Amino acid sequence: MRTYFLNFWQGLYTILIGMKVTFRHLFIPAVTIQYPSVKPQMPERERNRLYVNMDDCIGCDQCARACPVNCIEIETVKSIPGEDLGTTSNGKKKALWVTTFNIDFAKCCYCQLCVFPCPTECIYMTDVYEFSEFQRENLVFDFVTLLPEERIQKKKNFEELQAKKEAEKIAAAKKLAEEKAAAQAKPIEPKPDNPGNPDNKEETK
Amino acid sequence: MALKTEEMVLNMGPQHPSTHGVLRLELQIDGEIIIDVVPHIGYLHRCFEKHAEAMTYPQVIPYTDRMDYLASMYNEFGYALAMERLMKIEVPERVEYIRVIMGELQRIASHLVALGTYGADIGAFTPFLFCFRDRERILHLFEITCGARLLYNYIWIGGLSHDLHPDFIRLTKEFIKDFRPNVKELNELLSYNRIFIERTANVGLLPLETAINYGVTGPNLRASGMKWDLRKDDPYSVYHKFDYDIPIGKGEKGKTGDCWDRYYVRVLEMEESLKIIEQAIEQIPDGDVTSAIPKRVKPPEGQIYTRVENPRGELGYFIISDGSINPARVKVRAPSFVTMQVFPELCKGFMIADVVAILGSVDIVLGEIDR
Amino acid sequence: MMYDWLYSLTGSEILAMFIVSLLPLFVFILPFALFAVLMERKVSAHMQDRLGPMRTGYHGILQTIADIFKLLQKEDLVPTATDKMLFNLAPLLAFIGSYAAFAVIPFSGFFIGTKIDLGIIFIVGVTGLVVAGILMAGWASNNKYSLLGAMRAAAQIISYEIPTLLIILTIIMLTGTLSLYDLSEMQTAYFWNWLILGGPAVGLQKILLIPFMILGCLIIYTSTLAEVNRTPFDIPEAESELVSGYHTEYSGMKFAMFFLAEYANMFAVSAVVAVLFFGGYQSPFGYLGNLLGWKWLIPIEQFSWFTSKGLFFVFVQMWLRWTLPRFRVDQLMAFCWKYLIPFSFVILLLVGLISLM
Repeated sequence: MRTYFLNFWQGLYTILIGMKVTFRHLFIPAVTIQYPSVKPQMPERERNRLYVNMDDCIGCDQCARACPVNCIEIETVKSIPGEDLGTTSNGKKKALWVTTFNIDFAKCCYCQLCVFPCPTECIYMTDVYEFSEFQRENLVFDFVTLLPEERIQKKKNFEELQAKKEAEKIAAAKKLAEEKAAAQAKPIEPKPDNPGNPDNKEETK
Repeated sequence: MALKTEEMVLNMGPQHPSTHGVLRLELQIDGEIIIDVVPHIGYLHRCFEKHAEAMTYPQVIPYTDRMDYLASMYNEFGYALAMERLMKIEVPERVEYIRVIMGELQRIASHLVALGTYGADIGAFTPFLFCFRDRERILHLFEITCGARLLYNYIWIGGLSHDLHPDFIRLTKEFIKDFRPNVKELNELLSYNRIFIERTANVGLLPLETAINYGVTGPNLRASGMKWDLRKDDPYSVYHKFDYDIPIGKGEKGKTGDCWDRYYVRVLEMEESLKIIEQAIEQIPDGDVTSAIPKRVKPPEGQIYTRVENPRGELGYFIISDGSINPARVKVRAPSFVTMQVFPELCKGFMIADVVAILGSVDIVLGEIDR
Repeated sequence: MMYDWLYSLTGSEILAMFIVSLLPLFVFILPFALFAVLMERKVSAHMQDRLGPMRTGYHGILQTIADIFKLLQKEDLVPTATDKMLFNLAPLLAFIGSYAAFAVIPFSGFFIGTKIDLGIIFIVGVTGLVVAGILMAGWASNNKYSLLGAMRAAAQIISYEIPTLLIILTIIMLTGTLSLYDLSEMQTAYFWNWLILGGPAVGLQKILLIPFMILGCLIIYTSTLAEVNRTPFDIPEAESELVSGYHTEYSGMKFAMFFLAEYANMFAVSAVVAVLFFGGYQSPFGYLGNLLGWKWLIPIEQFSWFTSKGLFFVFVQMWLRWTLPRFRVDQLMAFCWKYLIPFSFVILLLVGLISLM
């Protein structure tokens, strides 16, 4: 019997305490902000969309290898001698043309593992987080600054150089083989008792 | 003449507002009483263990984050600890202290989600928002340190990715000061509410023998009465330097091991974590957090099993290395997976409406179960 | 009074009757239902430290109009295997049951639908139609979970009508009248005359009645909360429980009818509690119109007092919803039959004894 009344009293009492808490919260100002008109401030180490500064990229492929989901695609082309690609901001001379540098942001997991191995700090995370697209293909970002014709040109240049080098190598090898063959061969002298030799006039008498 | 009743099979499908993730429960019921529950898992399986065999050791860390996404710091902590023991790396003390601070903050955040969603399942919508408001402050602390709010990639093999932000300690102290009254408020609103106690006391009883037999660990085991915590019984990192208590369930509002105990143990654990964080902030030494990170992670051949105390129980990593830069096998012992084994035992004999209450109180995360 | 004035204005009985019955509906209840939806969202938001609707209109005032437009243009899905007539009739019944109760509620001394002698019993009888509507909705949905939900809702509403009726009987016994207009007139002049503080009785009788009146008010407030299916008794409409509610299969305007019927029902029961215990439309201090000598001001003042009392009780209902968790079904029934009904019987007996003094 006693628990009966105790239950009733406890029920009433705890409900009133709960109501007091909620009533107090009516007068506490809201902790939310109204998003599209007011945007929150991003901290400085924030991890959002990546950006690659192509002037500094030396094409070392470290970031592509560090990525756990393989979202960075890099293709490089060696430069032909005599071309000047410029230097990176910390003084290194660049030796490779980067013809493809695609990052697929649909795959990127924003883990920041690509930022740390970069020797020139050209890939880093910006504070852009509102970049949704309607089509999945639009999320593949191409960071290379060369024009498409230039890329084809650089590739062709390199291939031509390769072909020339190949041709030179083959020519040099052939010449070497010929010289070797020439050095080993003896001079051939006509034999005196060679019948049928038109120089041999005594025989035809 | 007795009324003939027959059993019915009811399906709480993969999409349900109360199962915490995609979990399918097949209930065999007789009227309103449950006879058997068969959980069907695997809806969130993402082949973590197979992926890990194709990645290098540092690349596995973003994958470990995504297993138990509510307690990412602890997943990384366990993995980094296992690798450091395998490679015999000594990390600087500052790294250990920061890892402990991050781990305990993560524990508070994870328990806030558990408590908030439990209240929302029972029908009280307001504590859910209060818990998430506090959790936002913790996520802000994580955000200024490593840049992400949920999946951090912060604890690396041999150290950390960034040192603490200059504002971190000040903001953490403010958070602790603001958080203690909020826990008291949560108790007033939810824990001691008579209706909540009616819903959760004496429901879903887990006797201590059953819990030990099934291998349940974490707050679920502590609520059944046993004082077992890996931070005190098998200490790792610098946990032996702090002074804190292990709360257990005492059967205050019903029998020991019911849903109310499991809920209340989590509330008390949040307070203990606050104590640990306060002591760690006082004692933290200076140092360089990246000095012990190896350039190439190539462990010697061998295998190792390490366990840490996740907010949900004992998280174990078993790593087999064959000397190359990819692991040969990474196996994870997830605590929620073990808890799902004991779930049918908890539900037998109770009503359908209690299934929701019991599921919320054991606090599972499907990412951990399915990996 | 309204009827007499309109009769004198138009000269036709039918027209006067027609306008009198429609007036509470359009002037008050529909705007209230619109306002209540917004109020619920704003109150819940501010209790949870957030803002609620802010973008439609100034601070979200036009939100309900947007909701109405949305519900109007939704496709009206009727599942094929249902009983069409019952399916279409169910929301109408629920709607009618809630709105017809407003015909006898005294908004002010001048503005009442009709002044029939059966006041309260009419309200209790007509709100019983809601149960029929709910059962029809559950059955006609051809969905076993809707049926289970509807049966639970029906069991809940029927059980909780008993304490309501018992407390109403107590008030009737004490005051001797069923008409809500007479009840309001009885609690006139000063808040000391309100029934919750003992009513127009005098002396020892009045003091003795006070604790029972307060307890009776709590009981009737709780049981009417269960009748309108609000938390903590909202098993029929809870989404996180296993069975979905009786209105799962409804979409578009029919769902809007269930929805609006719920808010109107909330106001109806708050109004009944206000009339029974808190003086109806009477002001606690006397009228400004009397003070200034402007007789026409009094009905307006009475209307505003009544509305504020009704709105206050609606606010308390919303406050309870956002504070408390939900009861389980068997606990809900145990609460009614083991706690509320014994207390109501005891109050009935004791108040009866006291009123004999």
